[in-house]
Amino acid sequence: MTAPTTPDLLYSETEEDLRAAVRSLLTAHGAPASVLAAVESGRPYDSGLWRSLADMGTAGLLVPEKHGGQGATAREAAVVLEELGRAVVDVPHLTSAVLAVRALLGCDAGRPEVADTLTALAGGRRVGALAVPLPTAPGGTVPTSVRAEPTEPERALLSGEVTAVAGAPGADVLLVPADAGLFLVPATAEGVTVAPVTPLDLTRPPARVTLARTPATLLAEPGQARAAVADALLTGAGLLASEQLGLAEWCLAETVRHTTQRRQFGRPVGSFQALKHRLAALWLDVTSARAAARNAADALATDAPDAAVAVAVAQSHCSEVAVRAAQECVQLHGGLGMTWEHPAHLYLKRAKADEIALGAPGRHRRVLAGLIDLPGPVG
Amino acid sequence: MNAPAEIDADQLRGRVADFLAAHDPAATDRLAFLRARFDAGLAWIHFPEGLGGLGAPRSLQPVVDAAFEAAGAPGNDPRRIGIGLGMAAPTILQYGTDAQKQRFLRPLWTGEEVWCQLFSEPGAGSDLAGLATRAVRDGDTWTVDGQKVWTSSAHLARWAILIARTDPGVPKHQGITYFVCDMTDPGVEVRPLRQITGEAEFNEVFLTGVRIPDAHRLGEVGDGWRVAQATLMSERVAIGGGSVPREGGMIGIVARTWRERPELRTHDLHQRLLGLWVDAEAARLTGERLRQQLRRGRPGPEGSAMKLAFARLNQELSGLEVELLAEDGLGYEDWTMRRPELVDFTGRDAGYRYLRAKGNSIEGGTSEVLLNIIAERVLGLPPEPRDDKDLPWKDLPR
Repeated sequence: MTAPTTPDLLYSETEEDLRAAVRSLLTAHGAPASVLAAVESGRPYDSGLWRSLADMGTAGLLVPEKHGGQGATAREAAVVLEELGRAVVDVPHLTSAVLAVRALLGCDAGRPEVADTLTALAGGRRVGALAVPLPTAPGGTVPTSVRAEPTEPERALLSGEVTAVAGAPGADVLLVPADAGLFLVPATAEGVTVAPVTPLDLTRPPARVTLARTPATLLAEPGQARAAVADALLTGAGLLASEQLGLAEWCLAETVRHTTQRRQFGRPVGSFQALKHRLAALWLDVTSARAAARNAADALATDAPDAAVAVAVAQSHCSEVAVRAAQECVQLHGGLGMTWEHPAHLYLKRAKADEIALGAPGRHRRVLAGLIDLPGPVG
Repeated sequence: MNAPAEIDADQLRGRVADFLAAHDPAATDRLAFLRARFDAGLAWIHFPEGLGGLGAPRSLQPVVDAAFEAAGAPGNDPRRIGIGLGMAAPTILQYGTDAQKQRFLRPLWTGEEVWCQLFSEPGAGSDLAGLATRAVRDGDTWTVDGQKVWTSSAHLARWAILIARTDPGVPKHQGITYFVCDMTDPGVEVRPLRQITGEAEFNEVFLTGVRIPDAHRLGEVGDGWRVAQATLMSERVAIGGGSVPREGGMIGIVARTWRERPELRTHDLHQRLLGLWVDAEAARLTGERLRQQLRRGRPGPEGSAMKLAFARLNQELSGLEVELLAEDGLGYEDWTMRRPELVDFTGRDAGYRYLRAKGNSIEGGTSEVLLNIIAERVLGLPPEPRDDKDLPWKDLPR
């Protein structure tokens, strides 16, 4: 009965086991209560937690087994991102284990510098970052101001600047799109400056990356490089929807918990219809976000022909749901929601930054217009 | 369900083939054919033997229906008798006496007798349990007085399922009894209820001294609220069906207009249309996910989510289409008072869709009540304090 193209929108037992394992690790770590202390420590990310997650194999989920990874699909990766979003932890999973890894997988893995970097990222021993501005949407052009001066075959000196590179602070290797292709740059290389900005989202700080005649190794020629980066952005955007789902689910659950316990006017504030309707509406949003995020993950995992539509739908929808959920969480916590101490603000800041990340909703809808033949006004 | 050897799809196809061999659809009168199909247990196969079924799994019904359809056999036109099939029949099966089942189920299924539902009242909509239609017992007969509203098919119906107040001295949920009402009783008056679309899909039903024999009571006296829950649950089970394609429903209608009329496009409408397209696709995927959960035997609470989402989408999309049509949006196809048999959004103009969709957030539970249900039953939020649940019905403020 079921057409072969019908996506599987449920979670398999394996996926639920993976979720339980990640969740129990994050709970033991004390997240999300522990996150504030972690981001205030001044470290670029929570390296202890990153190490524990890497020991479970999460950093290498999308890496084939022959390169030291788990050989899993976007479906499993999506479940991990849901849990990381739910706990709003500051680990470079999206930037290293998804964006950098997918960009590398688009290069020739027969080359040792590609294979070695993949293996290092898969084990979580090293952290990578793809040097594109975080707001870049899939399906558009990637701005490259970085120019390469060839020195010898497959080696060049890179000069230029890339702004708003998420995960650059603390990264060991940078994957840099330049006019002559995609290059590998160790963060310690000569002429590399990573200048963090004071971030809105404390848990995923972006930085300005400047390269001044920095020695770099070519990973892919321009054509292959463009495809590799496009694939990384599409996968990243599709999986970001699952992170947004996790954020939104936490915000809803926490707000329901709070409004059930908080009493004013002699009864729980959650018994007032004005609040119940808002929370029920949010539940509807989260329910449809789950379907959209699952659809994107399945489309990416099965290399579905309409994966770009699934990703654009999921990003457009889940970005807005996550922001709405975080805003409702702050509002319905009353004064508590405005305090530094309560974690609600971490979710709000992440949700707002995630809305911009990998294409704001309006950008995804513009891409969608072309994909589904709903063009704008003529002239 | 509890048959020692459960019947499978191949056996069912065999039974249909045997039946068709004995009853050539081309050479048999339509009604005779349907009656014979009922008597062979091939009507609703999950019903018990002798009542149109075989005690077979309900999930195999499509196998039987497809086999009959492939043979060009006449059907019972289920959309015309939806209230009977979806609401009255399951309730009669669960609560009816043997005599009631024997009397009512066969002509209900064949469509010889159309059923309607006398539940809602002018004073009892969302608060259905507050209903005021009275049934007073005199020996073996009840006398019913009151007014019902939003009754589809009442002007075609032979029978109605009816809930009425039999004891005003107890709290409202406890004083209700469930009956089968004869729509040909001289005390029944049916009047069309004209809607904002200009036509009348529904009726008002006035009950004046209507006589109902006690033999037509379903369930115990005072147990009508529980019996009515079975009816309403069956209604929800009946909703469902197969996968919906992308751009199925209202979004497809509006997207087609958009593609065919490029001269009407504006930037503002473009942004809004794309936003609604995403919402419609997300709602479609939510429905698909719900169906997948049901197939795995794990029904989720997404059903009420679907109704809320589609009500909003139908309203926003149909409103956008009227706005898009500009000059054409100023016209309306026809205000003539008509009695449509079926509600269909396709084949009508945008103005009709815009007006009819306004009912989507009211009929079958208002969006406001559904939000309360989600808040309390899904999210577990505390109920509002209520003073109407424990007072005798007659003492409630009104």
